[in-house]
Amino acid sequence: MKWNSESKLNGLALLVALLPVWEGLSRTELVNPLFFPPMTRILRSFFLLTISGDLPYQILVSLQRALAGYLLAALVCIPLGIVMGLWNQVYRMLELLIEMARPIPPPVIVPVAMLFFGLGDEMKIFVIAFSCAWPVLLNTYDGVRSVDRVLMHTGRTFGLSRGMAITKIVFPAALPQIMTGLRVSLGIMLILVVISEMVGSSDGIGYFVLDSQRRFKVDQMYAGMLSLALTGYALNQLFLLLYNSILAWHKGLTRAS
Amino acid sequence: MHLLEVEALSKSYRQIGGESTLAIGEISFQVEKGEFVSLVGPSGCGKTTLLMCIAGLIPASSGMVKVNGAGISGPPKNLVLVFQEYNRSLFAWRSVLGNVLFGLEVRGKLSREAEDRARHLIGLVGLEGFERHYPWELSGGMQQRVAIARALAYGPEVLLMDEPFGSVDALTRLELEDTLLKLWQELKTTILFVTHDIEEAIYLSDRICLLSRRPSRVVRGIEIRLERPRNQLTTRADRRFVELRNDIYRQISDQAVK
Ligand SMILES: Nc1ncnc2c1ncn2[C@@H]1O[C@H](COP(=O)(O)OP(=O)(O)OP(=O)(O)O)[C@@H](O)[C@H]1O
Ligand SMILES: [Mg+2]
Repeated sequence: MKWNSESKLNGLALLVALLPVWEGLSRTELVNPLFFPPMTRILRSFFLLTISGDLPYQILVSLQRALAGYLLAALVCIPLGIVMGLWNQVYRMLELLIEMARPIPPPVIVPVAMLFFGLGDEMKIFVIAFSCAWPVLLNTYDGVRSVDRVLMHTGRTFGLSRGMAITKIVFPAALPQIMTGLRVSLGIMLILVVISEMVGSSDGIGYFVLDSQRRFKVDQMYAGMLSLALTGYALNQLFLLLYNSILAWHKGLTRAS
Repeated sequence: MHLLEVEALSKSYRQIGGESTLAIGEISFQVEKGEFVSLVGPSGCGKTTLLMCIAGLIPASSGMVKVNGAGISGPPKNLVLVFQEYNRSLFAWRSVLGNVLFGLEVRGKLSREAEDRARHLIGLVGLEGFERHYPWELSGGMQQRVAIARALAYGPEVLLMDEPFGSVDALTRLELEDTLLKLWQELKTTILFVTHDIEEAIYLSDRICLLSRRPSRVVRGIEIRLERPRNQLTTRADRRFVELRNDIYRQISDQAVK
């Protein structure tokens, strides 16, 4: 624990130490400062755009789309994964379809989604949901498949019905792996919201970064990237907080064994 | 009418190659209400398989199991199995108390009294103070006691126990044997108990069914007419106890030679 927080501090120190290096590279014009402005200018731009509300607005717009797609994926794929894990016939029926659809690189879905949904939010939500679906689906399936047979027998000997077993045994037992899938998808979500906003949008952080670059407002572009990095970090931390609070038992279990 | 009847039950497992192993040859026996019966037999003879069939968790290949005169086709109500793999049968996401309350929760009988009862049983199996602990924070023997308390809290008419004291130290084992006997008498449960330990079987039981090696049959039923309440010191020193033990050992080693 002590080591852990210490290494986190070290990480922060490294980050801070890199700032003057960036600053120096740009100020001495070792790297073209037009493309690589000094950190102080980026931070200033970031600060101004934050208090003007521009960045928070764009981030908020993107987050709404991202979470809509993400939750849609979770709401469909967790139940579907459970059904697939419990009934092998369902899995066998869907296996080919899943194994064909899964390897499609998600950005390729964008043009298809544009055909169906145009450039609006639906297109972006669909693309995000499509990409976030696979890790959640396959991890849920795997988690359900690996629920110990003895646990299921225990449920049955205490008179648990099959339906009740899903909520009382299958779901909690598979939850650690479901959460693993959800965590992987969280990263994918952020990538896809940005990509879909770069392709067709008039707002959102992806649009903002690309638009700043096109107008040659390089400081702004970097400020947008910085806000994305911070958002990603915050989302991940939030997720870990949630994970640790509902899966405290699992953390202890894995540490014990 | 017998409380529990096993009639000409046999079980073979289909192997991956398509062949099948006969785990249980043909077993018949009865258990009366309130009885304490032990099944004793060599490792791999099919004791776990037999209990799983009786608990309605796996189907028998032929023959049948009757509870209160009616053939079963699934897990019978009022009958609970304590698994040999106790550590895999505990819910890792539930505390000790949560585990012990599981059966009552399934029945929709959670109440203040149910919780008091669960706490009482946790105390009786020697786990007082561990109510809020998780299974993985306990030793193997402690986990096994949680599984026992959980089954007893459910208040079944018939309790099937698969080597429940297999991983506790000798002293705890003696204590748990006495606790089990006390609870059996107090709760008027019927117990079918599997063990390797011949002395344990004699000490606990009204009757022992001696099983042969695989494919198993009942070799012999042995009535144990030792007075109750039994006592770890005097009962085990009793001349009849020693004779029974020698008799059973002889029978088993005869079989092993054949
Ligand atoms: N799921 C299974 N599939 C195939 N064969 C099995 C299965 N379970 C048990 N067997 C076989 O059935 C036989 C009886 O096994 P069982 O576990 O019932 O024995 P046991 O008497 O409980 O042994 P022990 O005293 O070691 O617990 C063994 O030969 C075993 O290989
Ligand atoms: Mg066994």
